[in-house]
Amino acid sequence: MTETFVPPTRFAVPGRIAVSEQAASEWQTATVTGIRRETPRVTTFRLAVPHWPGHLPGQHLMVRLTAEDGYAAQRHYSIASAPDDSGHIELTLDHVEGGEVSGWFHTVARPGDRVEVRGPVSGFFAWPGDRPALLIGAGSGVVPLMSMIRHHRARNLTVPLRLVVSARSPEELVYARELGAETTAVFTRSAPEGVAVGRMAAAHVAPLLAEQPAGGWEAYVCGSNSFAEHASRLLVTAGQPVDRIRIERFG
Amino acid sequence: MHITRGFTGRPRVADPGLPPGQYDAGDDWPVLSAEVTPELASADWTFRIDGLVAEPRTWDWEEAHRMPPSAYEGAIHCVTSWSKFGVRFAGVSLDAFLDTARPHASATHAVAYSHTGYTANLPLADLTGGRAWIAWEYDGKPLAPEHGGPARLLVPHLYFWKSAKWIAGLRILDHDEPGFWERNGYHERGNPWEEQRYAGD
Ligand SMILES: Cc1cc2nc3c(=O)[nH]c(=O)nc-3n(C[C@H](O)[C@H](O)[C@H](O)COP(=O)(O)OP(=O)(O)OC[C@H]3O[C@@H](n4cnc5c(N)ncnc54)[C@H](O)[C@@H]3O)c2cc1C
Repeated sequence: MTETFVPPTRFAVPGRIAVSEQAASEWQTATVTGIRRETPRVTTFRLAVPHWPGHLPGQHLMVRLTAEDGYAAQRHYSIASAPDDSGHIELTLDHVEGGEVSGWFHTVARPGDRVEVRGPVSGFFAWPGDRPALLIGAGSGVVPLMSMIRHHRARNLTVPLRLVVSARSPEELVYARELGAETTAVFTRSAPEGVAVGRMAAAHVAPLLAEQPAGGWEAYVCGSNSFAEHASRLLVTAGQPVDRIRIERFG
Repeated sequence: MHITRGFTGRPRVADPGLPPGQYDAGDDWPVLSAEVTPELASADWTFRIDGLVAEPRTWDWEEAHRMPPSAYEGAIHCVTSWSKFGVRFAGVSLDAFLDTARPHASATHAVAYSHTGYTANLPLADLTGGRAWIAWEYDGKPLAPEHGGPARLLVPHLYFWKSAKWIAGLRILDHDEPGFWERNGYHERGNPWEEQRYAGD
């Protein structure tokens, strides 16, 4: 039988871009060249990656740290920077309490240190800048979405782009300095004067879905699993088609 | 391999049950799926086997539950580096479904697909011989929707992206055809003991 199998269901497998098998399978050494504090718990690490094959906003890579006895730990990290030809990429890491890899980055790493990376390794969450995008994130889930916003700005794209982001407080809002008119921030513990405190709700999402751009939104949801469940349900309730919601769960 | 300055990792005991590059997630069970969790009632769940089989067939919830029960107790391994030990799933062995559908001699592979449209490819040899299940219970309770309930495929000897949540069917083929993650750069087979994470590993 040679006929191609297409699942008889509505969730169209998007496969936005082809992932280079070589980039996905080969480790290379990256050098930390800059460390930038974003919030008390979140820091951006700039890495020089001499043979970086390039990425699309939204993609992630693998980082591997190796101990002297050969023990290695690898974790996924979204790429925070927009695609460019600087020979550098940026990662933004939350300091996870007791975390092996994020703990090393936050307490040990300094410029000149070397780590191994491979990637980009997945294309599903990528946004090439071609369709109107509605981005919804919480905590460090804003990292791949920031790559999209930076890309949008760097290329002067005109395709509609909106971000709804949830943070505990203004102090914990990652990239606060960089967020602009495209962003609605939701604060769950404390908020600036005049801004309500509370969970992301239908009221934050419904107006954006009411003013659909031509062709509709492609929604990108990123954060913890509980946030992803909550936000994707808000979107579905507000009428966003399930096959136009992409979710990246950080675990 | 490059030694990372100042990285020691967590204190660890060599665990022969832990494949290379994995860590023990303990009580955590992270959820990783690229889709919206569907609201799929067990009354609406069906499981189909077709393609290169003598008897294409669809089972509904009641029919599947009349088949001989079978359980799995052991470990599961996710490509994102966590493993989980001592998990207990219950359902029906996939062998029981395949014995009814009877794949042709030319059959070599299957594409598992979910009620949401997710797909994963598997060699038929990984689905037979008591190594794969349709599972609807976890730890004695109905499988939670975010973990694939009402029923998921369970192929615990491969990375868990192969164990399609909200399983809807298997299409039996005489060739390999990449599924969702395989088209997004992941390995065709996904054996955790050989660290078959990405294409080319
Ligand atoms: C696609 C993807 C993209 C991601 N992108 C980002 C990103 O851009 N930024 C970001 O910050 N994160 C991101 N993550 C999450 C990231 O991969 C890691 O999960 C996170 O950094 C934690 O790793 P860690 O090694 O620091 O913690 P781990 O060592 O994995 O620990 C995680 C938690 O488990 C506990 N724990 C686990 N095992 C033990 C043990 N044996 N003993 C004691 N405690 C234990 C720890 O205390 C901690 O609370 C992403 C995840 C995915 C899947």
